[in-house]
Amino acid sequence: MEEPAHQFVTIKPSALQIGLIFSRIGLTSFGGGLSGWLLREFVQSRAWLTEEEFLNGLSLAQSLPGVNVTNMAIWIGYRLAGTKGAIAGLIGIILPPAVVLIAIAIAFASVDRYRIAHQLLDGAAAAAVGLSLSMGITAARRVPRRIFPAVAMATTFAAVAVMHWSLPWVVVIGGTTSIAVSYYQLSRSRTDA
Amino acid sequence: MPNLLAQLAGVFAPLSLVTVGGGQAIVADIQRQIVNSHHWMLPKQFVDAFALSRMAPGPGSLLATLIGWQVAGFWGAVVSTIAIFGPTAILVYGIAHLWSRYKGAVWQQAVEAGLRPIAAGMILASGYGLLHALDGGWVARGIAAGATIILLRRRTNPLILLAVGAVLLTGLQCMGV
Repeated sequence: MEEPAHQFVTIKPSALQIGLIFSRIGLTSFGGGLSGWLLREFVQSRAWLTEEEFLNGLSLAQSLPGVNVTNMAIWIGYRLAGTKGAIAGLIGIILPPAVVLIAIAIAFASVDRYRIAHQLLDGAAAAAVGLSLSMGITAARRVPRRIFPAVAMATTFAAVAVMHWSLPWVVVIGGTTSIAVSYYQLSRSRTDA
Repeated sequence: MPNLLAQLAGVFAPLSLVTVGGGQAIVADIQRQIVNSHHWMLPKQFVDAFALSRMAPGPGSLLATLIGWQVAGFWGAVVSTIAIFGPTAILVYGIAHLWSRYKGAVWQQAVEAGLRPIAAGMILASGYGLLHALDGGWVARGIAAGATIILLRRRTNPLILLAVGAVLLTGLQCMGV
């Protein structure tokens, strides 16, 4: 770390190394905040990517559908070791946590007959719902306080939560409309400036 | 069995491509399809699966893996995992080299800005659906509300929160609340 390594990126890792790093990140990540972790691993301590490359990847991961960290695993893996790297990153981030999850479910099923197991899980579920709600509120706070985004958000909520419309349709119709309106507003504000 | 696996893929593959704003956004629709349309799980079993998926590390979309496991065993888990991650993975892989060239383009900003309210609405709908499926009456809803407030105020390790919720609800029910 003595040299300003983030300026020039030289030695690229193997697919196996990429897979192992993403496995470790996958197994130690709970509930978000992962981009900081990835930045530290790949940019700051190993200097395999420049900060700009990393941020480009992050904006890609956030704009495309899918889970951000999974998208980042594919993008970083691809950048560092091509197709093999992308596959290694994806398997690393998904497979070990999936095995842990199934193991937890099997462990729970084996104590299923005890009432206390259900009480504990009900309580954990209640707190887990809090995770989901707080994430929704945080996301809602980041929506610009203008009429169109607010209406788009409220309509999406009503369509999914109350009307129980099929999600692909909601996203295709609502998302396309919302992106088109944003595009119109952004390009207008650019010509104004 | 092949029919059941195909149905699982049919639930998760389309949702893969509309996961905007992270894995939380599609929970409402997974709940609607798994519980209401296919009757593969009871509302309570669905919330349990959600809670278990929050106890394990890794991406939140692994909920699909667990549902696949519970509905159709090992192959159900494999098929559901591939269905929920595969389509987006292929898309990201395909676009990976194109994207950096257009960094900062208006349409790219428009995609990010335009999807933000849609994603927020979807995530709120997921929270709402889960809240309704909770077992444990007003105590459970109180814990959910309390957890929400704590998480909004400070960065908290979710595992600790789940453990506190588990102990609190069990304790209160044992005291006969």
